[in-house]
Amino acid sequence: MKGFNQLNKAFESRVRLGVMSILMVNDWVNYKDMKETLGLTDGNLASHISSLEKLEYIEVRKQFIGKKPLTSYSATKLGKLEFKKHIDALEKLLGR
Amino acid sequence: MDDNKKHLEDLTHIRSMMDRSSRFLSLSGLSGVFAGIYALIGAAIVYFDFQAGSMSYAQYVRSAVGEERPTVRIYYLIGVAILVLLASIVTGFAFTSRKAKKQNLKMWDSSAKLMMSNLMIPLIAGGALGIIFLQSGDFKYVAPITLLFYGMGLYSASKYSFVELRYLGLCEIALGLIGCAYIGYGLLLWSIGFGVLHIVYGAFMYYKYERKID
Repeated sequence: MKGFNQLNKAFESRVRLGVMSILMVNDWVNYKDMKETLGLTDGNLASHISSLEKLEYIEVRKQFIGKKPLTSYSATKLGKLEFKKHIDALEKLLGR
Repeated sequence: MDDNKKHLEDLTHIRSMMDRSSRFLSLSGLSGVFAGIYALIGAAIVYFDFQAGSMSYAQYVRSAVGEERPTVRIYYLIGVAILVLLASIVTGFAFTSRKAKKQNLKMWDSSAKLMMSNLMIPLIAGGALGIIFLQSGDFKYVAPITLLFYGMGLYSASKYSFVELRYLGLCEIALGLIGCAYIGYGLLLWSIGFGVLHIVYGAFMYYKYERKID
């Protein structure tokens, strides 16, 4: 069990922080939109996504639109909770 | 200190990613300024068109349907309104795509679609109702109704764009209701709502958010 005031190591990276921020305010976001919003190039995003998925902070959905695969992501309840805690900890550390 | 700086940057990053992914922030203030100018020109054309006839706009809308009234060129009026709308959309599109390019954002993203559907559905409903009124020859509610529906569209669109749009929407709704209550001031209120308020709002937004990036 992590202490209440502790920053979550999973959100240390800017990319993972960005992914979670986007998923906090959107239900499902596909890979392409995610990449464009974060301003990333290909390849960079995938590893961060899979580590968040392993932690069960995000959920992955694979669909086919015609013959094109479309992968979308959504934050899980656990992910939202942990991210909220992380923001609280950041704010507390900054004395807000 | 360094840690503090990183935490602060993290929070700023979180805020910016939340905004960027859920709000359409490429909308340019300059498009508002130009829409306002076109609206004022349109309103002036309509005003002088009535003045050139035997009745002013106010006298005309206050007279009852079926009373002895001069014929009004309905399709000419609809044409002016559509021209104002088209010119505003084209200019708005140009300024907005320019701003998106400068910010390195995609213009037509999911938040843009959400914003447009929230804005356009009330706007189309209001426009259609206006045309129905125009065709029945009953003019008096046309200008206030377009204000009212436009205001409602802006209010709901503000959830997916700048929060400031909400206040613009509320002002348009108020003007629309005043126009429905005090028949005869429709054209004046329309010029204030679509003209003056757009110019004021657009200039305010431009100075607040865009001057830096230009």
